Amino acid sequence: MYGYHGKILHIDLKEKKTWVEQKPEEWYKKYIGGVSMATRLCWENIQPGCDPYSPENPVCIANGIFAGTPVPVGGKYGLASKSPMTGFIGDSLSGSWFTIALKRAGWDGIVIHNASDEWVNIFVDDDRIEFRDASSLMGLGTFETEEAIREQLRDDQVRSATIGPSGENMVRFANVTNDGRQAGRTGHGAVWGSKKLKAVSIRGTHGIAVADPDTLMKLSFDITKEAQGPHTSKYRILGTSTNVLNMNKIGLLPTRNYQEGVFEDAEMVSGEYLHEHNKVKTIACAQCPIACEQMSMAKGGPYEGAMTGIEYECLFANGPNLGINDMNAIIKLIDVADRSGMDAMSMGITISWAMETYEKGIFSKEDFKCESHPDGFDLSFGNGQSAVYLAEMIRDREGIGKLLSEGTRIASKTIDKERGTETYKWAMQVKGLEPAGYDARGLKTFSLGSAVGTRGPCHNRSAAYDPDIKGDVDRFSVDDTRGRLAMDTEEYAAVYDTLPLCKFIRRCFTGKADRAGAWPAIVSLINATTGWDLKYEDIDMIGSRAVTMKKAFNIREGWKRADDTLPWRWMHDPMTKGPSAGHVTTDEELEYMKDLYYEAKGWTKEGLIPKAKLIELGMEDVAEQIGV
Amino acid sequence: MTTSTSKYQYVDCDPEKCIGCQLCEYVCSYNKTGEYNSYRSRIRTVRVDEVLITAIACRTCENAPCVRSCPQDALTQDPHTGIIHIDASKCDACAWCVEACDFGAISINPASKLAEICDQCEDLEEGPQCIKWCPKEALFMTTPEQRAQKSRRELIKEEVIGVKAAG
Repeated sequence: MYGYHGKILHIDLKEKKTWVEQKPEEWYKKYIGGVSMATRLCWENIQPGCDPYSPENPVCIANGIFAGTPVPVGGKYGLASKSPMTGFIGDSLSGSWFTIALKRAGWDGIVIHNASDEWVNIFVDDDRIEFRDASSLMGLGTFETEEAIREQLRDDQVRSATIGPSGENMVRFANVTNDGRQAGRTGHGAVWGSKKLKAVSIRGTHGIAVADPDTLMKLSFDITKEAQGPHTSKYRILGTSTNVLNMNKIGLLPTRNYQEGVFEDAEMVSGEYLHEHNKVKTIACAQCPIACEQMSMAKGGPYEGAMTGIEYECLFANGPNLGINDMNAIIKLIDVADRSGMDAMSMGITISWAMETYEKGIFSKEDFKCESHPDGFDLSFGNGQSAVYLAEMIRDREGIGKLLSEGTRIASKTIDKERGTETYKWAMQVKGLEPAGYDARGLKTFSLGSAVGTRGPCHNRSAAYDPDIKGDVDRFSVDDTRGRLAMDTEEYAAVYDTLPLCKFIRRCFTGKADRAGAWPAIVSLINATTGWDLKYEDIDMIGSRAVTMKKAFNIREGWKRADDTLPWRWMHDPMTKGPSAGHVTTDEELEYMKDLYYEAKGWTKEGLIPKAKLIELGMEDVAEQIGV
Repeated sequence: MTTSTSKYQYVDCDPEKCIGCQLCEYVCSYNKTGEYNSYRSRIRTVRVDEVLITAIACRTCENAPCVRSCPQDALTQDPHTGIIHIDASKCDACAWCVEACDFGAISINPASKLAEICDQCEDLEEGPQCIKWCPKEALFMTTPEQRAQKSRRELIKEEVIGVKAAG
């Protein structure tokens, strides 16, 4: 078998034993890799209904077809567990060396079972597995942990996925970091923390062979060169932060906890400003010829020297969304999140919920008293210093940081219960996960995509903002095309997340990113790597199966139609300013679009999956368990 | 103290341009072994901290320490190109050359038990494949004298017009 090793590594943290599972080629053809394979591994290895923090929730790592080959942007892996944020599938992707080391070590995936009694660093040294005492790594940040492990093992080729202090403290939205990149969302770091799993380190020394190297080299070379042209200039020059001004222009830049979609100081927190004042260097994930990561540093003031990669999503969440116009404070906030290993999006949106709760008089200065800040502090929108204090309190679970470390859903429910308030009305979350930086009140198709998302509302899993923003449809109204559009854009994204390939390459095959533009090249890359004979239509099946697998997982965990919803604000509280003012997605509109979406998928009105549909996708064993 | 030369060309990397993608390693190892494996690449990318990234290959030192250190006389240096050649019948993988190299540019292949070093793809008409593939044009052929010339020109620009020359 080319492209795969046919082997999944299983590790039991409690029993300190390992075993190898052989998987047939047919299994790989169905689940491919990335989020799809990771979800499938989670489906096979979890105790359904378990608490996400219990030993029965496995950590599932799935490699991709292209890891370790020169196929541009193919160095990514999927990570799945049951999410402590949502109680449903938590599937994340991350790029870079870790995944390539895994491939070179000879494994297609790793499933980590049970929980350790002592903090542990798993070391996968090709086919030798070591349970290493992690006590000397405790308290170290994400980057520092990786370096410390390389020093301990005296090999700079060892690649690690780690958790930082946030994961150790089980901040619910803690994440997993490797090579400076994150499997960022849905709380993987907290799951690792619950298992006392500080890091997984890999040394892979074997070469990777492919079925048809001549074809693969030619295709890869052409795509690599194309990726230096206009199709990626947005990512290469300013990175995703260029979206700040784009979103502001159309009134969709979440501002002050999504109260508005225009930020008066957008210029001061834009990608352009960042490029001019704070950029240090552009870097790439391993195997990526684009390079979008804008390493940026705070210059001057109390945050001098704080440095991390800045992307649009963490920039909006900790900038406009907090009313903060000081780029140095924003970089510091993201630096706190990245070094301690927590999701900067969920962190920013949880802080913005607290800020609005403060401004509405429900929180007072007293609420923020703690050992580090005995007098408490003002938490008005725009107060960068207080936001940094609160981020550190969340990281350390100090004072009210302990409650906020649970995310907006649990925090708002707790406060509402304690104080008889209605803070849920500005708790920005769906299924417990905070949304992306595209205000869906002005993107009706994307509001559907956000409601039905299996891991919660997500711009990576649903590209349904695309037809809205491009103007293919009226972004302020609803019609009978939206179910199909939400399905198509979700399955399109799922193909990339499953191979996985970074979506930033999507225009570099032919200049067109649609299926006709991208699928033929992707088929050729898969076939040249694996020696398979996939056809154009098989690519659609990859996306369809991935979304179905995730949905099936959720159904088995108790998903109901009512879980596909939107934040209260997006349904009842229109913006008052800017080009997207005056709109919400009403309950009626949402339920109508959900009907359309389930129908397009061939699911029942209740959103359940018919047995026949699952059998059609070759998922007979899934049909047996959850099919109707 | 590093050693270098004044006449031979070598593959160099501009750390300002290098993004750390490692495509050079993939292409090099594929060319030499038919497989993709950083460990078998004769050019190596290095990331020392989050933003210090570059790639290093043989610097074709004059009076090369690797050649002098070889107890089997397996290494020789081409007097015209400076490229180090390894005699497979003599090399016994003792790794003295690896230790002698100030640039970390030599490794031992555990399968073939031979030292491996950049040969600038001298057998290929189009020259070094890493340079051909580098997406950011960070890799280039140079000599120490050419680098010195560039440094002098940049220094003048910086001192006279007060700007650090880009690139």
